[in-house]
Amino acid sequence: MLHFILRRLLLLIPVIVGLTIIMFAIARLLPGDPVALAAGPNATQAEIASLAVEYGLDKPIWVQYGNYVAGLMHGDLGTSLLTRRPVAADIKAYLPATLELVFAAMFIAVVVGIPLGLITAVWRNRWPDYLAQVGAIGAISMPRFFLGLLLQLCFAMWLMWLPLGGRLPIVVIPPRFVTGFLTIDSLIAGNWNAFFMSLRHLALPAIAMSLSPLATIMRMMRASTIEVMQQDYVMTARALGLPQRKIITKYVARNAVSATLTVIGLYFGWLLGGTVLVETVFDWPGLGLYATKAIVSQDMMPVIGVALVIGLLFVFANLVIDLLYGVINPKVRYS
Amino acid sequence: MTTTEPNTADDFATPRRDRLRRAFFRFSQSKLSMLGAAIVAVVIFFTVFGTVLAPYPEHVGGGVDTASRFIPPSAAHPFGTNELGQDVLSLVMAGTTVSVLAGFGVVLIGSVIGTLVGAVAGFARGWVDEVLMRLTDLTLTIPGLILAMAIAAALGSGFGNMVIAIALSWWPGYARLVRGEVLAAREEVYVTAARALGATPKRILFRHILPNVVSPIIVKMSLDMGFAILTVAGLGFIGIGVRPPTPEWGTLLSVSRSYMPDYWWTAMAPGMAMFLAVFGFNLLGDGLRDILDPKARR
Amino acid sequence: MTQPLLSIRDLHLRMSSFDGRAHVLNGINLTVNRGEIWGLVGESGCGKSLTGLSVSRLQPTPPAHYTAGEILLEGHDLLKLSQAEMQRLRGKRIGMIFQDPTTNLNPAFRIGDQLVDVALAAAERDPDVIGCSPNAGRRERRQAARKLAGEMLARVGIPNALARLNDYPHQFSGGMRQRVLIAMALIGRPDLLIADEPTTALDVSVQAQILELIKNSVKDFDMGVVLITHNLGVVAQTCSHVAVMYAGNIVESGPVAAVIGNPVHPYTRALMSAIPTRETRRGELRGLAGSVPNLITPPPGCRFAPRCQFAQPACTAAMPTPVSVGDSHAAACIRVNEMEALVDD
Repeated sequence: MLHFILRRLLLLIPVIVGLTIIMFAIARLLPGDPVALAAGPNATQAEIASLAVEYGLDKPIWVQYGNYVAGLMHGDLGTSLLTRRPVAADIKAYLPATLELVFAAMFIAVVVGIPLGLITAVWRNRWPDYLAQVGAIGAISMPRFFLGLLLQLCFAMWLMWLPLGGRLPIVVIPPRFVTGFLTIDSLIAGNWNAFFMSLRHLALPAIAMSLSPLATIMRMMRASTIEVMQQDYVMTARALGLPQRKIITKYVARNAVSATLTVIGLYFGWLLGGTVLVETVFDWPGLGLYATKAIVSQDMMPVIGVALVIGLLFVFANLVIDLLYGVINPKVRYS
Repeated sequence: MTTTEPNTADDFATPRRDRLRRAFFRFSQSKLSMLGAAIVAVVIFFTVFGTVLAPYPEHVGGGVDTASRFIPPSAAHPFGTNELGQDVLSLVMAGTTVSVLAGFGVVLIGSVIGTLVGAVAGFARGWVDEVLMRLTDLTLTIPGLILAMAIAAALGSGFGNMVIAIALSWWPGYARLVRGEVLAAREEVYVTAARALGATPKRILFRHILPNVVSPIIVKMSLDMGFAILTVAGLGFIGIGVRPPTPEWGTLLSVSRSYMPDYWWTAMAPGMAMFLAVFGFNLLGDGLRDILDPKARR
Repeated sequence: MTQPLLSIRDLHLRMSSFDGRAHVLNGINLTVNRGEIWGLVGESGCGKSLTGLSVSRLQPTPPAHYTAGEILLEGHDLLKLSQAEMQRLRGKRIGMIFQDPTTNLNPAFRIGDQLVDVALAAAERDPDVIGCSPNAGRRERRQAARKLAGEMLARVGIPNALARLNDYPHQFSGGMRQRVLIAMALIGRPDLLIADEPTTALDVSVQAQILELIKNSVKDFDMGVVLITHNLGVVAQTCSHVAVMYAGNIVESGPVAAVIGNPVHPYTRALMSAIPTRETRRGELRGLAGSVPNLITPPPGCRFAPRCQFAQPACTAAMPTPVSVGDSHAAACIRVNEMEALVDD
């Protein structure tokens, strides 16, 4: 078990090396002069040159890469030209917002998607099932940013039930930083007002993010439930008098979920990289928004850093899923 | 049910043709697949004729009409007009061309690169396979949208650059798919037989293996079309990609954001167009998968 | 007068498929009393498993459709019960064992949990099963059920039973898994056990142990058993009675000694002669010529006639009815009485 985790963690090293090389290669292709852009329109040549020296951007690309990797060893992800702050510090500030959003979306998707998949499988080929299947394809086809816009228009602008964007109103003092998740931190601080405020801000973006994974999880769960229901052990359970409800909710569900888990893991990584658009719509101060702003101003260090962090989280999420898989499916535990 | 006595040479049609006919029959039995095909047909129609048929062609080229800004939906402007007084319907109709062609370009380039990488990796095996697949896995690890954004920013704006940027983040799925199929096909008896008969590796790859990989690739392409269109629109929405005045759905939607909620109609047509196009391609792709690649159904 | 435990009377079952309607059970008559082990033998597709599934009403309808007959469990017609009522009988009155022990246990749950759930479901109907009053709390009942599960495992011959309750199915060998399944089938103390090819997937040595276990359980639990198999050796070794099925009909039935010692139906005879004996020489293995008829358009009259070496024109005229040839030994053949003479030729 420990051996397995260690081996998987070792695999992260080539991922880090490969990711940084690819992102550096892209940075090299940049046509504009990011230093000039960062120095501002009124900067003199000398100022630009000194800025370049300050950030090590005057050196050849491989030297820059070497310096970057050297910095990486002690957690230095370089410096953003745009915010003039260390990228690591920026990411530390923005990552929790993205994670909170992704977790909330995943929570909705799993909590709604898995029971829906189970129910539609039991009701398969009847009209509620057909409706759900069409709805699922519709949900997957819905552009998240358009859905976000519609949600904003409806619930924030017309009905005015929920806030338009951001994580907290300016007037609310954010709770002390513990996890970076405002909902959890405000609970730790015992600040109910901040908790409800942050929950209200989280609602719309999380729903906008959750729809597509929800539909996919539902479809996956439906398919695996149908498969499991044809297994011999389900027949045995019926033959030995277990109530249908118990067979479905206990026996079938457990087996079907383990097949669905892989999808959840994949989707987690996909969502991490896919927050960009929703964060833009809801002005959510997360990694996606950070990366977008950096890309638009051709500030590559943050982009490399964000890609690296998300890539690592993606690999890490799959490791967690593999471990969870072992918990749910005892057969794979020892292999 | 009618009996099908094979009495003419035609009834002994090639199994491939028979299979196609059967597949087409099953496809046409599925109402959703047919709906998808119909939507896709409409979308392709507008891709070709959208600009020509637009009620206000002058707006498509960038013409403005400041006198009629922000007119709500009416008979003259079914989806209203925008901040420049342009007819939203005309822009969206013309925008089909950019979105669908870009989506198609992405899927095409992505599948060609991915097929080549996957076929070479699966066929060569050994260290070539190892290197190519590590590269594939690595690319899969980088969040696609951020990678595409970074490449697009690096290449500069413009239609071609945007398509290339997204395609460069799109190929790994195909590489994995094709490699898997090639590895499986290598073990098939007919490939062993061809090798025993002295066929060159190139001939085996192109004559015996790739034709059998075509169906899953087509299925994946049709399923990917919708998401490619979404990604194109996403880049447009963020402001990387095609620049105005070229009408593009994502860009149109992004501009309309500034005029919410008062001029909400400027967002509806581009958003619904995106949704419908993607919906159509997804329905079609689902249907195609069911008939062409039943084992992938899960 | 005591009622028989299980009495199947003139059961007809039709299956709808894409190709048409198949008459897969065609007037099955079978009576099983407590203490009896009935072997149900025949080739694949003859309807023996369907008969077993029909008793538990596990055959989905549609595509199956019962056109006539009744299945009486101590006088109550099971075909008239709803699925909810049936569910309460399953596990409690009727236990079942299936062929493949590797696929019939849920791989994701400890076997203890699976046994406990069956016991609790049975206790819903009869609290005596776990020896715990129905008013007892959930926890108490679970504990009682768990204790019973341990006892049952020990009883079916699993060493170190209590500890093994916490194991998962993949930690057991095939024979042990079949024992677990038998324990599961017996934990609700059923009156009737239907075992569908319980030993087919097992090694020959394990097979004998499992059959012995079933045999002993009949005495311990005062059950009746329907043992479905295609193996006449298993029948001879285990059963008290046997019914031979062919294409949806029972062609010969009676006590094992009578039927196997003196088979009168040509099909039974053919089956018997297909068994290799000590005298069979290498290369002489005999099968039965021809194959099971198409049940959508069955041959007229006796369904075995096309393969029967003694068939006459009269055989295709009508479906033969069972003729008694001795103490509860009957065969459905119009030439039963000539058979001895025919065989001597």
